[in-house]
Amino acid sequence: MNERMTRDQLLRRGAVGVTFLSVPGLLAACGGGGGSKSAGSSQVKKVMNFANWPYYIDTPATLKAAGIHKPTTLKEFEKQTGIKVNYYEEVNSNPEYFAKVQGRLSKGEGIDRDILVSTDNDRFLGDYISNKWAQKLDKSLIPNIKNLIPAQQHPPFDPNRDYSLPWASGMDGIGWNDKVTDPITSVKQLFEDPKLKGRVGVWNSMGDTLGLVMLENGDDPAKVTNASFNRAIARVQKAVNSGQIRKFYGNDYAPVLAKGDLAATMAWSGDIANLADPHVHWLVPTQGGIIWTDNMIIPLGGSVPTASTYMNFMYGPTISAQWALGANYISSVKDVKQAAVKLDPKAASNDLTFPSEKTLSQMHQNDPAMLRNPDYNKKWLAVQGQ
Amino acid sequence: VGEFLHRHKGLTPYLLLAPGMLWLTIFFLVPMGFLGYQSLESGLFPHFHFSWEFSNFTSALSGYHTQLIRSFVYAGIATVACLVLAYPLVYWIAFRSGPWRNLFLLIIVAPFFVTYLVRTLAWLNILADQGPVVRILRDIHVLGPDGRLLATTFAVVAGITYNFFPFMALPLYVSLEQIDPRLLEAAKDLYSSPTQAFRRVTLPLSMPGIVAGTLLTFIPAAGDFINAALLGTPNQAMIGNVIQAKFLESLDYPTAASLSFILMGTILIALLVYARIVGPEKLTG
Repeated sequence: MNERMTRDQLLRRGAVGVTFLSVPGLLAACGGGGGSKSAGSSQVKKVMNFANWPYYIDTPATLKAAGIHKPTTLKEFEKQTGIKVNYYEEVNSNPEYFAKVQGRLSKGEGIDRDILVSTDNDRFLGDYISNKWAQKLDKSLIPNIKNLIPAQQHPPFDPNRDYSLPWASGMDGIGWNDKVTDPITSVKQLFEDPKLKGRVGVWNSMGDTLGLVMLENGDDPAKVTNASFNRAIARVQKAVNSGQIRKFYGNDYAPVLAKGDLAATMAWSGDIANLADPHVHWLVPTQGGIIWTDNMIIPLGGSVPTASTYMNFMYGPTISAQWALGANYISSVKDVKQAAVKLDPKAASNDLTFPSEKTLSQMHQNDPAMLRNPDYNKKWLAVQGQ
Repeated sequence: VGEFLHRHKGLTPYLLLAPGMLWLTIFFLVPMGFLGYQSLESGLFPHFHFSWEFSNFTSALSGYHTQLIRSFVYAGIATVACLVLAYPLVYWIAFRSGPWRNLFLLIIVAPFFVTYLVRTLAWLNILADQGPVVRILRDIHVLGPDGRLLATTFAVVAGITYNFFPFMALPLYVSLEQIDPRLLEAAKDLYSSPTQAFRRVTLPLSMPGIVAGTLLTFIPAAGDFINAALLGTPNQAMIGNVIQAKFLESLDYPTAASLSFILMGTILIALLVYARIVGPEKLTG
C-alpha cells in the first residue's frame, strides 16, 4: 500500500470517527467544568459580579433622555462602597439562563455570580430557591428592606423574602416597528395578519406568551384550566404552522425589531423605551397585558455580604427612583414616586415607570400552578419544535 | 526501552496503538456507555433512576420523527450542493491554477479562522430582511416585495452548505491533485473526448475524495443545530435542536440520550447503505 492510499484511508476513517463524537459529546462536555466551590465568604468583596437582563438599568444615555444629570446608580454604588461591579447583561431568557447554570449549581458549585435576576412568571425562580441553589440574604445588611412595598412582601415562591428581593416589575405587551407595519394592537392581529407573515416574534417563556394569548382567547391567565391551556397552545401552534411566527425569543427580540426583520413582536414594557428608536413603539394589547416581577437572588458561590450591600443600596428611594426613570421599569420601593418627581417633575406621567390606574386595570397575572405543571411545560417545548 | 522493544518485537504495534485506544476509551466508549445508561432511565430531573425504560426510544421516535427526517433531508441537500459547488472549483485549483494554487486553498479554508458561531451569525446580517442582499433580490424581482431569505428552509440549508463546504472541498482536492496528468493525455491519445476522459479517468480516480467529502459533510450536518437555531424558524428545527433543548432546557436527559442514540443509529444505517452502493472498499480503503 502506498502513501497516498494511507492518507485517503485516514481521511475516510476520520470522517466516520467524527460522527460519533459530534452532538452528544459536545453536550456532555457542557455539563462538566470545575470552578469555585459554593461556600461564600463572610466578608464584603472588592468586586461584585451581577447577571442581569439587557435594557434593565439606568445608563448615561437613558439618564440624559430622562433629564437627570447624575452619575449612574452603578457608578454611585462604586463611589459610595468601593465595590466594583461587573455588570453582565447575559440573561436572555429564564429557561436559557437556567439551562446554562443548572449543571454547576446542581453539583453545589458556584457560577461566579453574586446576584442573578430571575422572573416570577416562570418556574425557574421557584426552582432556584427550592433546589437550595440560592443563598439566604443577610437582612442585617439590608435595613432598607423596610422600604419594600407590602404587595411584594410575601410572594408564594419566597413567603418571608429570605432569598429574594424584587429588581423590577414590568408589563407584557406588543412592540412594533413603524417602518415596516401599521400599529399592531392585538394578539389576533399579531398571529393572523397575513402582512406580518414570518415577521412576528413571541417569547420562549411560557407565562409571558401564553398569558397574552389566553387574554386574547377571553380566558383568565390567573386561573388556567386544561381547556384554556390547550386553546392557547393550539393558537400558538397554528401561528407556527402557518409560518407567521419567526422565532421564540428571549430578550434578543429587541435588536431584531429595531432592525426591521421583525415587524411586530411580543415585547416588554421598558425595553422599547430603552431602545430609544423613534420608529419602535410599545402598547398594551386591546385584550390586556401581563404584569410580572423580576427578582434578585444570590446563587451558590456568590458573596452574601457583597450582594446584600448592593440590595440595600438599591432599596433607597432616591436611588431606586433614578434607576426607575433610567430603566423605564417599575420599582418595588415605597415612596419612589415622590423621590422621582424631585428628580424630574414630569416623572409622574411616565406610564412605564408609574403605570396609571387605567394601565394597571388592564394587567393580569400568571397562574403559578400553570408555570409548575410539567405536562404544560412539555407541551410548551413541543410547540417550539422541541 | 530500545533493548526491551528489540526483544519483544511483537509488542510494538500494540504500544503504538495504546494512546489512541486509551483516548477512544476515555472520550468515546465511557461517555457512550454513560449515555446508553441515561437513555434507559426514567423519572424527572434531578431524580432519574435506571429502569430499562426502552419506551424512551419509541416515544422519542414517535414524537420527533419529523425533525429526524428533516435533518437527513437538509443534510442530504447540503451535501449534494457542496459536491456540485466544490468539484468544479477544486478541479480548477488542482489542474489550472498554477502558482496560485496555495492561495486558493487558503481562501477555501479562510472562513475557518473565524469561529463557527460567528460565521453563522454573520449571515444573520447579510441575509437580513432590510439588508442589501434581500433589497437587490427584491429590486430584480427574484423575491416578491414581501419576500425574505432569513428564517426560511433555504437559509438553513445554505448555512449548512456554507459551513461544511471545506470538509467537502479539501478531501476532493487531495484526490484530484494526485491524478497523474499523463493518464489524461493517454486517454486523449486513445481518441477519447474530454467528456469521456473525465468520466472514465478523472471521476473514478477522484471517487475516494468524493466518498470522504460526502461523509465528512453529511455526518456532522445531520447532527447540526446552530444553523437551524440561528437562520431558521421552529418549522426548520432539526434533531440537533431537539437534543440540545432536551438536554439543556427541559432537562429531560433520558429522551435526549435516546434521541442521540437514534441519530447515531440512523447515521450508521445510512452509512452502511452508502457503503453498499459505492462499494465497501471505498469506505475503508
